[in-house]
Amino acid sequence: MIAFIIRRILQAVVVMLVISLVVFAIKKEFGDPVRDLVGERVTPEEREQIADKMGLNDPFLVQYGRFVKNAVTKGDLGRSFLYNKPNLEVIVSHAPATIELVLGTAFIIIVLSLPLGVYCALKPRSWLSRFTMSFSTLGVSMPVFLTAILLIYLFAVHWRILPSYGRGETVDLFGNGIWMTGLLTIDGLKHLILPCISLSTLMLPLFIRLIRSEMMEVLETEYIKYAWAKGLSPRRVWLVHAFKNTLLPVITVFGVQIGIMFAFTLLTELVFQWPGMGFMFLEAVNRADLSLLIAYLVVVAALFVVVNTVVDILYGFINPTVRIAGTK
Amino acid sequence: MPSLLEVRDLEVKFALRSGDITAIDGVSFQLDPGERMGLVGESGAGKSVTGFAIINLISKPGYISRGSIHFEGKEISAYPPDKMRKIRGNRISMIFQDPMMTLNPVYTIGFQMIETLKAHRNISKSQARAIALEKLKLVQMPSPEKRLAQYPHELSGGMRQRIIIAISLLADPAIIIADEPTTALDVTIQAEIMDLLQELCENEKMGLMLITHDLGVVSQVTEKIAVMYAGKIIEYGPTETVVHHPVHPYTIGLIGSIPGSIEPGKDLKQIPGMMPTLTNIPPGCAFNPRCELAADICTQQTPVLEEKQNGIMAACHMK
Repeated sequence: MIAFIIRRILQAVVVMLVISLVVFAIKKEFGDPVRDLVGERVTPEEREQIADKMGLNDPFLVQYGRFVKNAVTKGDLGRSFLYNKPNLEVIVSHAPATIELVLGTAFIIIVLSLPLGVYCALKPRSWLSRFTMSFSTLGVSMPVFLTAILLIYLFAVHWRILPSYGRGETVDLFGNGIWMTGLLTIDGLKHLILPCISLSTLMLPLFIRLIRSEMMEVLETEYIKYAWAKGLSPRRVWLVHAFKNTLLPVITVFGVQIGIMFAFTLLTELVFQWPGMGFMFLEAVNRADLSLLIAYLVVVAALFVVVNTVVDILYGFINPTVRIAGTK
Repeated sequence: MPSLLEVRDLEVKFALRSGDITAIDGVSFQLDPGERMGLVGESGAGKSVTGFAIINLISKPGYISRGSIHFEGKEISAYPPDKMRKIRGNRISMIFQDPMMTLNPVYTIGFQMIETLKAHRNISKSQARAIALEKLKLVQMPSPEKRLAQYPHELSGGMRQRIIIAISLLADPAIIIADEPTTALDVTIQAEIMDLLQELCENEKMGLMLITHDLGVVSQVTEKIAVMYAGKIIEYGPTETVVHHPVHPYTIGLIGSIPGSIEPGKDLKQIPGMMPTLTNIPPGCAFNPRCELAADICTQQTPVLEEKQNGIMAACHMK
């Protein structure tokens, strides 16, 4: 098991190196940082000097090596001119909002998709299953921003029961000013509801359908038929024997989708004016803060890789066949 | 003495969109305590469906449409699910065809053995574990303690089938229904598994219903034989007599096609044609298009199973 975990972590490091290299490589195509810094009225000679001083004329690999070295040893991902702060600090201050949004959404997805997916597989002809399946098609085909606007119109404008934008009241989670959380106040939770629902509309139907079809497939297998032949109760056959096998592929997809969700928060955060990383990213694009953009891409990639690695390790715990392959 | 299991006029249908089709058509047989019976036939003859019908576990959309199944004196074919569940794996165990597919891949052998016992007996986990170990020893499983902690994929096919036999023995059942238990195994392992099954049934006084297409295996293990063709039993009698003096032309053909039944150097006989599909069973005797003896009556009247010679029952107009 330990060998398996170490191997997965090494793979994650390699993936991170490749991603950062790609992100770093596109930097050159995005414009001239010297011009952004000093404006139009500086002579070309002076520009050259500045570029030399900043190391911009060094070979690409030297620049990339410096970037990686600073990132790994000092946690330094460059400086944002928009906020006039280190990029990492800017991103970290925006991260909790996005992470809480994704967590809330993941919570909704898990709580709803598991029972609904299993139910739809067990009773495919029931009224609730048919309704769920057709409603989920609707969910998939509606773009997030439309769902979000619809939700705002209904709950915030028409019924006036939920707030329409922002994070509401936040409290300091660790007492050091790094993580301001909205999860611990009623107002913060209220603000979380609509963004989470609108973000989940995209993935929830996918998971209900995935769990349903996986479960149906598992229910047809010989070992399930054998479980019946052993005289086990329906509860045990469904929830112990079929459910665990259903979960295996679902967990893998869930890991990938959580990563993708960090990217999808962009639209949701824009509509709900949610002060997270997606919102920050859009601002950085508007103001052409290239350095911040690169740092953001690297951080999001890192989040993606970390989530996937954790999920893979989790998968190894659930699926005994993976564990064996890892220890060999 | 009443039989342990008595199946009478069993009919199983599958409800398809195009209408019901009959998979089992009026099958009757009985099994006495400790008796070993073989159910023989080609694929699609209805052997497995008959086996699954006994424990009411026919795959959807199949259902029992007629007939009765008496087990230990009670009619069980219309038992509600929770009552039927107390029989499955407890009084009647089943062994499936492919041991590679039968065990749940994500649970240990011990888990899958203990849960079976706990479903039928009100005992503690350690008691269940002790019984599981005892049964693993009974099927001559090497280092049984170690097996309990292993996952199915860590064991070979033959070992897995031994474990499945051990699981089927857990609750000391009255009957084991073995559906092609050796088809998926190597030939050398096949013989071992069959010997083991036979020995266990003899020692533990268990009834065995061996479903197979392998007449050779049946003739070694069983005392009684029922040959199925297109959903019907067409020959039924003591194994010795049926194998050496078969009555029905189909059985004669089957036995004639076994290597070893014919002098070396001569061609094996084969039955021309194929068994009809269930949607396309010819009128009269279902075997008539392939039968050498077929006469007019064979296409007009369905023959009934009746006593012929040497205590053999057969369904044939011409004998």
